[in-house]
Amino acid sequence: MKPRPFDYVRPDTVDEVLALLAEHGDEARILAGGQSLIPMLNLRLIDPAVLIDISRIAELDTIRSDGGVLEVGAAVTQNKLLARPNLAQESALLAAGLPFVGHFQTRNKGTVCGSIAHADPSSELPLLLAMYGGEVVLHSQRGIRAVPAKDFHKDMLTTAREPDELIVAVRFPERPRERVAFREIARRHGDFAIIAVAAAAGANGAVTLGVGGMAGRPVTRAVAVHDAASAADAIGQWAEELEGYDDLHASATMRRDMLRKLAANVVAEVAQ
Amino acid sequence: MRAVKGDQKTRIALTLNGRKLAAEAEPRLLLSDFLRHGLGATGTHVGCEHGVCGACTVLVDGVAVRSCLTLAVQAEGREVRTVESLAAPDGALNPLQAAFRDHHALQCGFCTPGILMSFTDFLSRTPHPSEAQIREVLSGHLCRCTGYANIVAAIKEAASSSPASRSDAEEGDHPERA
Repeated sequence: MKPRPFDYVRPDTVDEVLALLAEHGDEARILAGGQSLIPMLNLRLIDPAVLIDISRIAELDTIRSDGGVLEVGAAVTQNKLLARPNLAQESALLAAGLPFVGHFQTRNKGTVCGSIAHADPSSELPLLLAMYGGEVVLHSQRGIRAVPAKDFHKDMLTTAREPDELIVAVRFPERPRERVAFREIARRHGDFAIIAVAAAAGANGAVTLGVGGMAGRPVTRAVAVHDAASAADAIGQWAEELEGYDDLHASATMRRDMLRKLAANVVAEVAQ
Repeated sequence: MRAVKGDQKTRIALTLNGRKLAAEAEPRLLLSDFLRHGLGATGTHVGCEHGVCGACTVLVDGVAVRSCLTLAVQAEGREVRTVESLAAPDGALNPLQAAFRDHHALQCGFCTPGILMSFTDFLSRTPHPSEAQIREVLSGHLCRCTGYANIVAAIKEAASSSPASRSDAEEGDHPERA
């Protein structure tokens, strides 16, 4: 299908974007890569009055590593971040998880911040941001604020962004010496995951697990891993607590089963 | 600041396969429809119109993207390449196209233009891909005729036989250079 009519604006600076957002509020949508937004427009799931295209704003197309934090601007594509030469050293889990985001062709255009703004509960980037305990940097004419991942993602497609705010960047604390694993189950590689699971083990042996696709937003938990049996018990209990949900792709029972199996696999990978 | 009202047609100029062209379009017009109906370049096919099937894949500034997930106005001033650019002016197929023909990598041909454009981008970045890398990129396309095996075989042959790829062997195998 084709989108309904909308006004199109391509500002040259962030200040111009903020002025447009102050004027139009929730009548406007930010267009960065468009890989989630344009499908929704084509399917007429949304009907914005104005699209504000930020994809050519150079100041938003930057990746900075500063004081142990990797800051990714709003116009940076997923493939641009994945192509960063030292990514696997700075942020191994990002390097492990990003190849699961969409397809090669959609990562060429889709942005890191756009996926986090879209907040699909089974998508990889919100899960990665939660695993890092990262934050989202929001600008408006009222000021600037940084919102921690756990407060930013509220529920399915729902975030803490106010209608006049622009996500200018997301920040991932760098964790250079971490053992990581990322796995997901999708009908076809690159499609939305039914369940996505991440694990990270620090130097002291503590393992943090994260899952997307079990709730309205990504969930993380620290798991004590003494042996395979105790890990399986902890994961099983976690799956029961989260419950999961039924949809076209999987029942809640199937989701819990997938979580138990995938989480055991990623724990085994990082424990090696 | 570029601004176009929703009911307003605006002139959109871009470079298509090396030629500077322009046509009128509303902001809501997708690049896929602009290419086919505005510029008459019907080699790019339209399948699902929500980014799943990959049939409409084109290169924008050298990078493979879904033209159904790109507004025509977003491609303003950009270099767009479509399947029409691949063969020589006399109709001789390029090595990737010839490998598709030799391996029977297409039957109805509907998905083929998109696959060719994806791998035009991918092979330029990754001249010596593994089969796993080829399959990962191919997962961004749906083909209902071939079962994919012959497509993979054709791409492997094109990658191993291209003189450009042999001289580029040191470029590295990372598929994601943006």
